[in-house]
Amino acid sequence: MRARVLIRPKAGILDPQGQAVERALPALGFGGVSKVHVGRLVELDVDDAAQLPAMCERLLANPLIEDYEIIENA
Amino acid sequence: MSSTAQPRYRELGLTDNEYELIVDGLGREPGDVELAMLSLMWSEHCAYKHSKKLLRRLPTEGPHVLVGPGENAGAVDVGDNIAIAFKVESHNHPSAVEPFQGAATGVGGILRDIFAVGARPIAVLDSLRFGEVGESQRSRFLLEHAVAGIGHYGNSIGVPTIGGEIYFEPSYEQNCLINAMAVGIAPHERLTSAGTAEVGQLVILFGALTGRDGIGGASVLASAELGDADDAKRPTVQIGDPFAEKKLMECSLELLDRNLLASLQDLGAAGLTSSAAEMASKSEVGLDIDVSKVPLREADMEPFEVMVSESQERMLCVVEERLIDQVLEVCEKWEVLANVIGEVTDTNLFRIYKGSELVGELPVGLLVDDCPLYDLEPEAPTTPLYVGGEQQVATDADTLTTLTALLASANIASRRPIFEQYDPVVQSRTVRRPEQADAAVLALPVLCVRTGAADERIPAIAVSIDGNGRRVAVDPRAGAAEVVYECAANLACVGAEPLGVTNCLNFGNPEKPHVAWQLSEAIDGLAQACRDLGVPVVGGNVSLYNESPDGPILPTPVIGMVGKLPDARRAGQLGFCNPGDRIALVGDFNPSRDGSEIAKLHGSAPAGALPDKDLSAIRAAHERVRQGVRNKQFSSAHDIAEGGILVAIAECCIAGGLGAIINLPEGLDPFGEDFGTAFIVSGPTEGLEGLPVIGVVGRRELVVGGVLNVAVSELSQVHGRGLSVLLS
Amino acid sequence: MKFGIIRFPGTCDDVDAQLAAARVGEAELLWHRDRDLHGVDAVVVPGGFSYGDYLRTGAIARFAPIMESVIEFAHEGGLVLGICNGFQILCECGLLPGALLVNDHLRFVFRQVQLDVVDHDTPFTRNCPPSLSIPVKHTTGRYYTPEPVQVVLRYADGHNPNGSQDDIAGVVNNAGNVFGLMPHPEHAVDALTGSTDGLTIFESIRTAVGERIRVA
Repeated sequence: MRARVLIRPKAGILDPQGQAVERALPALGFGGVSKVHVGRLVELDVDDAAQLPAMCERLLANPLIEDYEIIENA
Repeated sequence: MSSTAQPRYRELGLTDNEYELIVDGLGREPGDVELAMLSLMWSEHCAYKHSKKLLRRLPTEGPHVLVGPGENAGAVDVGDNIAIAFKVESHNHPSAVEPFQGAATGVGGILRDIFAVGARPIAVLDSLRFGEVGESQRSRFLLEHAVAGIGHYGNSIGVPTIGGEIYFEPSYEQNCLINAMAVGIAPHERLTSAGTAEVGQLVILFGALTGRDGIGGASVLASAELGDADDAKRPTVQIGDPFAEKKLMECSLELLDRNLLASLQDLGAAGLTSSAAEMASKSEVGLDIDVSKVPLREADMEPFEVMVSESQERMLCVVEERLIDQVLEVCEKWEVLANVIGEVTDTNLFRIYKGSELVGELPVGLLVDDCPLYDLEPEAPTTPLYVGGEQQVATDADTLTTLTALLASANIASRRPIFEQYDPVVQSRTVRRPEQADAAVLALPVLCVRTGAADERIPAIAVSIDGNGRRVAVDPRAGAAEVVYECAANLACVGAEPLGVTNCLNFGNPEKPHVAWQLSEAIDGLAQACRDLGVPVVGGNVSLYNESPDGPILPTPVIGMVGKLPDARRAGQLGFCNPGDRIALVGDFNPSRDGSEIAKLHGSAPAGALPDKDLSAIRAAHERVRQGVRNKQFSSAHDIAEGGILVAIAECCIAGGLGAIINLPEGLDPFGEDFGTAFIVSGPTEGLEGLPVIGVVGRRELVVGGVLNVAVSELSQVHGRGLSVLLS
Repeated sequence: MKFGIIRFPGTCDDVDAQLAAARVGEAELLWHRDRDLHGVDAVVVPGGFSYGDYLRTGAIARFAPIMESVIEFAHEGGLVLGICNGFQILCECGLLPGALLVNDHLRFVFRQVQLDVVDHDTPFTRNCPPSLSIPVKHTTGRYYTPEPVQVVLRYADGHNPNGSQDDIAGVVNNAGNVFGLMPHPEHAVDALTGSTDGLTIFESIRTAVGERIRVA
């Protein structure tokens, strides 16, 4: 099964990459942009989707600083 | 994509005459694979067809030269059985397209050149040119990403970036220059060559997978017409992977240390084609390569794509059959992919197979040696090539206003915002890093616990990289010579004598007579200056066709120089450091304003004439400074360059955080420039005997008799913030 | 005493750490695929970009075979020093609390910084003067922890190069035998480089091992 894992900075943790994008967009004329966060996307084929949360906890994300979201059948 | 009716060889950049030569040489029309290979090997980039004849004018021999031009990198002897390999190379065009990856892969490429000759890379330097960052958002973007790319590669692979230079001029707006230099160290016996393959040995490709990276012009050969739906088949920007290169480097050096290789070569421009053909040519052998044995990143690649792919982080080696298992074992240890892809033959033919099918067969000589070399038709321009910019400082401004404008200007302001993005200390050799001295200094033995014996020395090398497009534009011959003198002057300031030079010649279109003239004159100037100082050129690179509709770039020969000093503990520094030290002017300083930074701030174009030079005075000044630094007579030494004598003195004050009281010689232009001829040194009176004393170190202000009295902290702030202000 | 310095593919400051450690004792490189720590008295996890630092700094190195032995060594009270990437790895594998985030200015930074030693009562800092001049060089050095932590080093006022929480530059675990810091003490061990302050950290370790202090 094709799965996608979205990893983003945990709410409340300073996200300078997100801030940089948020500052850059208005400079290019794109107004009305807020709450930008930059994260990572991991795409993978897995036999057993039930293992995905453990994969995220142990390797793909650092739960201390990052949230993750699993999208099955991507 | 190939909708025009012209023949494909023209789309690939070959002329009718060149194609005829190919057909004559082969006795038939070339096939697709052959045409792809020939078009790259006969390109300017590989064949140097517009510059090779001129390059023969450069002196290449000297007592310290171990490896001269023609190998992946040149090398000089620094004593104690140690060789220093070094080379500078351009990555201008890829960086203009994608500055981060362009600059990163430029560093990756030059590092591979160094370990391909068996040397462990110990330093990177870079020479960069951009448009006016104060005015051009594109130039700010290019600068930011190119610097990040250089840092990303060098920092991640663990090779210190120890120096460099950056200048901003409008003519680089469309053609930024990214030149990277690398320096490596090897015991003499580990120096290796691409020219030592023997018949019957096997060819191994090791490193990264081969993809459609950088296939560029050769893509017109793609069997299918590329439509919008075929994006995946389009050639892609080369992506650098410093982690892969780190493993490749450790793996290559271990293979050489264990004496397992007959020959080694890196893959750069024109990929496998160039790398294998050069190896066959230098070894005077033939090669059979099977493209089906090359591990691919994309399964459906055509044989020609495999042969010309510029995927990064790959090496080619030749191995005796009995040693294959040991070679593969070392590769496995470093997690480096390795495959036998061919063998060395006695045919003098480069044969390409796809499995058992022969898909290309070219005489090695035709590929490597038979590309015609062209004579240029140089002609001095009759009208000015470059224009001046806006006036930024009034010509009658007072000394303080002019000095602060110069210190804050993009070309003179502190480079700290740039070099703080580079690791200068990894590998534990760095004794002088940026801001501390005019040249970087690296200890030859790594810095480790010492015996403490009185006669213990720490031999070291000094490295500098320089170029000055404005001065070369004024007078290509004299300007290019000045670059060599300035580089040598930088080395003198740390106490080093020059051993060898590498150069990168960045010019416009050489088929235009005035650019041909710039190139020809500049090479003569370089050759003369190298002869004057007794420093041979051991390698280099040429980047031509740096043009936009507005005209050519400023002619920009970049010089990298390596020198030696007997003891790192006596390496010089640039900042004033002892209150009470006297300040002296060494050398025959003959400043003028044509092509200077002050002329630029006044809005003048780089034109006019450069001051004459007294060569014996230059040699004597360099020797005096070198000895004064080595003997500890001088506490500091700094060469006078961009901005003139007052900027040089201000830089000594800023670096040392100390003031000075100065009386300039009567009638001396405080902002006129002259390069490589004169120095500001400081030290106790007894060490300055015979030199004109022009001041004393002390307090917190820079005071220049009658014209200037300013706090060093103020100068420091202006100088320190200059670049950040322009970049924000 | 003997230091063991871990070498992963992509480690850059391994030889530097070995040279620094060799100024106060023996020092040996340990390969990431081995499990044997060769009887060393202290382990250094050095700087660099282990496994390319792809995915997340330190995330992959923590699963190397040698790290299992290092974790066991630490649980038995052995002294472990993590420098820069080593600090990131020790956080990833849970030997130290917190995590390292990308610098607030998003760039790599090399800078000689001034550090305040705020805890001298550790095996790593007992020989240190109150203030140290040591270089930092990293892109991902902004320390963050949601929980209270034992701070050992802070960046001096105005010297924080990355925006770390409370100017934190180095921390120890609760047991006091695992120390991680972003600055590179191995690059401040020779007068020729401008500072020898980093050597006091290696000397502290030697003193601690010499007294056979094992904080179990």
